Amino acid sequence: MFSRNVPGMTAVLSRATVGVAGCGGLGSNAAMLLVRAGVGHLVLVDFDRVELSNLNRQFFFQSDLGKPKVIALAEHLREINPAVNLTVHEMKLSRETVAGTFASCDLLIEAFDRAEAKEWLIEAWCAAYPDRPIVCASGLAGYGKSGAMQVRRAGNIVMVGDGASDMIEGLCAARVMIAAALEANEAIALLMAKGGAR
Amino acid sequence: MIVVNNRDKLDWKEGMTVRDVLTAMNYTYKLITVTVNGTLVPKEQYDTFTIPDGAQVTVFHLSHGG
Repeated sequence: MFSRNVPGMTAVLSRATVGVAGCGGLGSNAAMLLVRAGVGHLVLVDFDRVELSNLNRQFFFQSDLGKPKVIALAEHLREINPAVNLTVHEMKLSRETVAGTFASCDLLIEAFDRAEAKEWLIEAWCAAYPDRPIVCASGLAGYGKSGAMQVRRAGNIVMVGDGASDMIEGLCAARVMIAAALEANEAIALLMAKGGAR
Repeated sequence: MIVVNNRDKLDWKEGMTVRDVLTAMNYTYKLITVTVNGTLVPKEQYDTFTIPDGAQVTVFHLSHGG
């Protein structure tokens, strides 16, 4: 399956474990990209079920409506690579459960929608695992403005997005997926730089 | 002197806190993540965490959407 991967990538990524906090527009698409890249193990967490209004940007289909997002996403990811190792938690994360839920993860993808939740997730991860990277997104609403999408770094925090646009403007798959793809791409680069698993 | 967001330079003062930097920079966003020299400063320490001279301070604004 990975014969067209960048040489050396598959061996490293197959040993890596990536957490995905939230399986909506960012998380479902980032997870899909990570599985296509050859990441061996994902920990997927979301409490929500698939609704019709999700299908404008999330990696779900009509046949998923009503299913827990983590269950539907796991099915799709196994359709891409049946050998991928998935740990699925249908639960609402809290500041207190971040460390335990993602203990096995080399890196965390922040893929929440509410900014308040992004804030406590980043704090909880950095407090528990200061040496492990977290890749986050802020500012992915609207359409166009492709050049405004940035990647910023501080310590083990990577932040993608325009840093300003808000979901009140509306969300469009094309721009949400730029952010999800930037998150996945940065995660891959970080895992490669570390040589895979911790 | 400290550098904020790899761009803006601020004069350093003894005892300068994260809150002082946010005020000086006119940051009014409520939902932010702040790092000092790459280490995250928890929100409850914004008034007490003192910034060393020469520090790199990064402020990420968190907006809704995902």
